[in-house]
Amino acid sequence: MTYAMSVQNLFVSYHGEEALHDINFTIEKGKLVGIIGPNGAGKSTLLKSLLELIPKDQGTVEVFGKSINEMRKKIAYVPQRSDMDWTFPISVIDTVLLGTYPGLGVFRRPNKKHREWSYHCLEKVGMEKFSQRQIGELSGGQQQRVFLARALAQKADLFCLDEPFVGIDITSEETIVRILKELRDEGKSVFVVHHDLSKANTYFDELILLNKELIDVGPVSEVFRPEIMMKAYESQLTFMKQNEVTV
Amino acid sequence: MEFIHALLEYTFLQKALLTSVMVGIICGVIGCFIILRGMALMGDAISHAVLPGVAISYMLGINFFFGAVLTGVLTAVGIGYVSQNSRIKNDAAIGIIFTAFFAIGIILISLVKSSTDLYHILFGNVLAVRSSDMWITLVIGIIILAAVYAFYKELLVSSFDPTMSAAYGLPNRLIHYFLMTLLTMVTVASLQTVGVILVVAMLITPAATAYLLTNRLSVMIFMSAAFGAISAIFGLFLSLIYNVASGAAIVLVSTFLFALAFIFSPKQGVLFRTIRARKAKSVLQDKSLS
Ligand SMILES: Nc1ncnc2c1ncn2[C@@H]1O[C@H](COP(=O)(O)OP(=O)(O)O)[C@@H](O)[C@H]1O
Ligand SMILES: [Mg+2]
Repeated sequence: MTYAMSVQNLFVSYHGEEALHDINFTIEKGKLVGIIGPNGAGKSTLLKSLLELIPKDQGTVEVFGKSINEMRKKIAYVPQRSDMDWTFPISVIDTVLLGTYPGLGVFRRPNKKHREWSYHCLEKVGMEKFSQRQIGELSGGQQQRVFLARALAQKADLFCLDEPFVGIDITSEETIVRILKELRDEGKSVFVVHHDLSKANTYFDELILLNKELIDVGPVSEVFRPEIMMKAYESQLTFMKQNEVTV
Repeated sequence: MEFIHALLEYTFLQKALLTSVMVGIICGVIGCFIILRGMALMGDAISHAVLPGVAISYMLGINFFFGAVLTGVLTAVGIGYVSQNSRIKNDAAIGIIFTAFFAIGIILISLVKSSTDLYHILFGNVLAVRSSDMWITLVIGIIILAAVYAFYKELLVSSFDPTMSAAYGLPNRLIHYFLMTLLTMVTVASLQTVGVILVVAMLITPAATAYLLTNRLSVMIFMSAAFGAISAIFGLFLSLIYNVASGAAIVLVSTFLFALAFIFSPKQGVLFRTIRARKAKSVLQDKSLS
């Protein structure tokens, strides 16, 4: 069978410093997958190396049984909010319109149909009232919804979101989770980096638990158990314990 | 009035005006991408680095355009190579490479040419524009505008969200060097109007002025081009009337426009910001009083 994502022997380092060590996993199509682990565990690194946005030292990655380069246009990536330039002179609707670019190729320009489709995607995330605002003039949650709309506009098969729930309001979070679940129900594959454990078990079908190495991967019911989660968050816990001793 | 008379009468003035307006426009257009990508320093570097190219062209007896583009692009590649292959950060790499090229340029020019030529390259001499220079500027201008029009989508997305553009398969690095090549061509076209030292002002100031006035890239590009052109016209006019260096006059007009936008821009300007902040404060005070 073809998997949504299949990763073998993945090693990644930054300037000789190892960030990911021998990652192996396969994920079936049509799943909502959480990539979880403590800060600095390499979650963003995993997502970026899966999409070959950063070079890997070793390993193979396949998406729907094909190489990334064959599938790029069908993959929507939503970067971490802290990585964006929010002062850029671009409106909300034009940001969403960027989602149609991968399907257009180099010389074609978006036309009225693409604009209407982008507006429709904005409506899905409940942001159509803000379509003419500059993107910096929104709250964090609203910005995240706009970027989700851009991903929707791309009509992708695989969605990758990096920490979409950080620093956003509860309405935005609920909207985003609802849409991600709808995408999953339509048969799309969704990968979400998430570092907060509180809602991991209700949001996701499968978990990839990471801390430089792959700690565990599988259905939430199997992975989301204290003794397994402890392994990933161990260093933070021992740090807390040590502090208790010295205090 | 006298300016218009003179303009009608002297072809050298017409050439000067046409050339500087074209330079103002293309600097304004490319400048938008330069400031949005945080590459102002790169603009400064490339403009200085064309100097040895000009000198070499002179030695070989070819049009200075070719040598200048070559050393400009070499500089961009050199800077990229040093910052990617060492722990040296980009701004330091820029400082190292462009000063080296500039120094080579000064030495070469002092070897082969008189110091007045060096003076003209450094500070521009728009009244000495020949027909061939004007045509080269026109050709460069058409190339630049056509390139920006053709690749507008790609320039927009790779400037705003390079991660997304890489994710869907755009060659970000190629786009970077493409832009650097355009930047070099713009610099070369500007040599005679404003000179090496002040090109960076024409790249950055009109674009920054436009940036304060709009929230749309397409509008920003048109405004920036207009500010560049206006600066060129008024600058040239002032330089003739008061008999001062044309490049410096053009740059100061653009600085003046920037100052106006900086103070009076409805959204970003200092004046309205202060007024809005005051209002918000007094509303709060009224509330706390009542
Ligand atoms: N561009 C980079 N250069 C050097 N080191 C990096 C870079 N990005 C991340 N790292 C390091 O790699 C490790 C994993 O980072 P990251 O993937 O961002 O973690 P997470 O997203 O799980 O918080 C961290 O130790 C981080 O310091
Ligand atoms: Mg991260």
